[in-house]
Amino acid sequence: MSLTLLNVIVAVVIAIAFAAANAAYLVWAERRGAARIQRRPGPNINGPFGLLQPPLDGIKLMTKQLMIPGGADKILFMVAPVLAMAPAIMSFVTIPFSEGIAAHNMELGVLVIFAFASMGAMAILFAGWGSRNKYSVMASVRAVSQNVSYEIPMLITAITVVMTTGSMDLKMISMAQSGGFWHWNIFPSLQSPLMPISFIIFFICSLAETNRAPFDLGEAESELVAGFHTEYGSMGFGLFFMGEYANIVIGASLTTILFLGGWDCPFGMFPGVWWFLLKIYLLIATFIWIRWTFPRTTIYGLLNLSWKILIPISLFNLLLTAGLLKVF
Amino acid sequence: MSAPIQLRPDETFLLNVGPQHPATHGVLRVKMQMDGEYIVKAETVLGYVHRMHEKMGENRTYAQYLPNLSRLDYLGALGYTHGHVLAIERAAGIEVPERAEYIRAITVELNRVASHLFWFGAFVMDLGGFSPLMYAIQDREHILDMLEAVTGARLTYCYYRFGGLYNDVDDDFIEAAKRFIPRMRKSLKKYDALVSGNIIFQKRLEGIAPVSAEMCRKYGATGPVARGSGINFDVRKNEPYSVYPEFDFDVPVYHECDSLARYKVRMDEMEQSLRIIEQGLEKLPDGPIMVEKKPKTIKLPVGDYYQAVETARGSFGIRIVSDGDKNAYRLKLRSPTYSNMHLFDEACEGMLIMDALAFMGSLDLVIPEIDR
Repeated sequence: MSLTLLNVIVAVVIAIAFAAANAAYLVWAERRGAARIQRRPGPNINGPFGLLQPPLDGIKLMTKQLMIPGGADKILFMVAPVLAMAPAIMSFVTIPFSEGIAAHNMELGVLVIFAFASMGAMAILFAGWGSRNKYSVMASVRAVSQNVSYEIPMLITAITVVMTTGSMDLKMISMAQSGGFWHWNIFPSLQSPLMPISFIIFFICSLAETNRAPFDLGEAESELVAGFHTEYGSMGFGLFFMGEYANIVIGASLTTILFLGGWDCPFGMFPGVWWFLLKIYLLIATFIWIRWTFPRTTIYGLLNLSWKILIPISLFNLLLTAGLLKVF
Repeated sequence: MSAPIQLRPDETFLLNVGPQHPATHGVLRVKMQMDGEYIVKAETVLGYVHRMHEKMGENRTYAQYLPNLSRLDYLGALGYTHGHVLAIERAAGIEVPERAEYIRAITVELNRVASHLFWFGAFVMDLGGFSPLMYAIQDREHILDMLEAVTGARLTYCYYRFGGLYNDVDDDFIEAAKRFIPRMRKSLKKYDALVSGNIIFQKRLEGIAPVSAEMCRKYGATGPVARGSGINFDVRKNEPYSVYPEFDFDVPVYHECDSLARYKVRMDEMEQSLRIIEQGLEKLPDGPIMVEKKPKTIKLPVGDYYQAVETARGSFGIRIVSDGDKNAYRLKLRSPTYSNMHLFDEACEGMLIMDALAFMGSLDLVIPEIDR
């Protein structure tokens, strides 16, 4: 076995471990954050600050019996949770945390992440259809139409960034923004004056793509019981849950790389992995903050927002950028 | 708002919402004939928590029946016991001391605020916002603490007696109530900023689930549901009872008929209740809290008696047919939610399920009170 292959394997394992640890501890962070917003203590019994809660939850979920409903499609039912978690973890492989830290840098990193992200919709569809539960089917139909509508503006904005940078390599995109916050893509440049708007569109889309409130129509607890994972218990549910949080980390990382300069320091000093982590956790905190503040949108409001507002704006932005790239 | 769609009644499926469903807040079952996400026809199925309260009224003495009334609506229980004691007092000709009536009004209004607060939280939770519930429960907690101190219970109060009260209020209660009013006003402002001003919230309720005044009359809807449809009817004003004529308060009425109007009515009502409490605390006279002479067992003269009160959910009526015995010959309860809920079947036809469940939230259903 060659040394490079070993390197890759070690890096991939670290990436997976990072994804899993993040998914587990973001649940804790979310619960603590929600508790803080709602003026209650949250999980604080197990370990200091309740830090042992996620592993204990994991043990509880793993020791529970895996129930498959009588009328369910067994294969789809079993495959769906794995399909929810696996692509999310795979996406981590290509994310550069800093100049030297990336499990495997790919030239088409943006494309790889979007390809994996679109598999999430399939997992939801499988789960909903496989459960043979009316609520689940309704939820999965909602979630898939939502994911399809929001992938489009998200991709168009990503393309805008790719055009200005001239690369689909996540590492290159980050490096192109290095040297202080005024180089970051979030700020308007000559080639792309509408970048702040692009950032907002991208952020909204990543909320919708991860099925987070206020776009959590696929789960919609007060309407569809628990949405597409109504019938899931034990680790099947656990995987969906972790997949959701892994997706959040991916969404935040991608936003950071495309718009916030990746691992770049805002003042042009000491760039490194800590800046990257700081940025993604700030974004995730915003995700949590939004979730516990806003009520849920309606399905038509959600689709209208995408098709009537976000897509036209992002298309216009794309055309404008394409034109200005020729000029400047 | 989506354009009206063509429903296909031949391609439908049946969706059982409840009896165990997070949106029904209890054991209500709604059979929905669905075309995708649209409701073709809905049918509410009742009776899952039926406890024969009316029958119990016939084989218990009037005093023994008193605790039953607070088991109807566990969120606004005082209003229901108030109705019962008023009915009996009027029928038996018992004069209640003024102090007792004032304390009744204050505690009923506190209970109304508590009930509306809980509804507010649960309603926003129906719409997917979780945090307001926690804030509302915190404010409600102050009221429950106050009421616990004087009544001895937190939810199912049995505080009123025929001819007065079980217990006088002390200075602590009055001080706590006085402290509570400005704090609650501040909270109401916060709710306005957090929830009422939220664009998602407004879009989800504006123009959704219109219930016309005519429909309210048809089904006998009362309370905030009717007042959200432009019907200016409040038992406290229209058929005054207790000491309510002494108070200066308004009846909020909105003419939009939608879910947002029903929401606004309840939010305004909280402010009006605070005004009543404020005036009540100011005017609270000294004196006894219990009538001095009262028969040991109350027997009503032969006749037919009816008393309506305005509870948090609408007009609650109690009808007692007496044959002169110590218990009623027939006792009928007219509970407001029972009538309000029956709007649901007709109004939600052609609606999206998520709008329909938001509409159900705006009706403020308490299931044990429907089933009795």
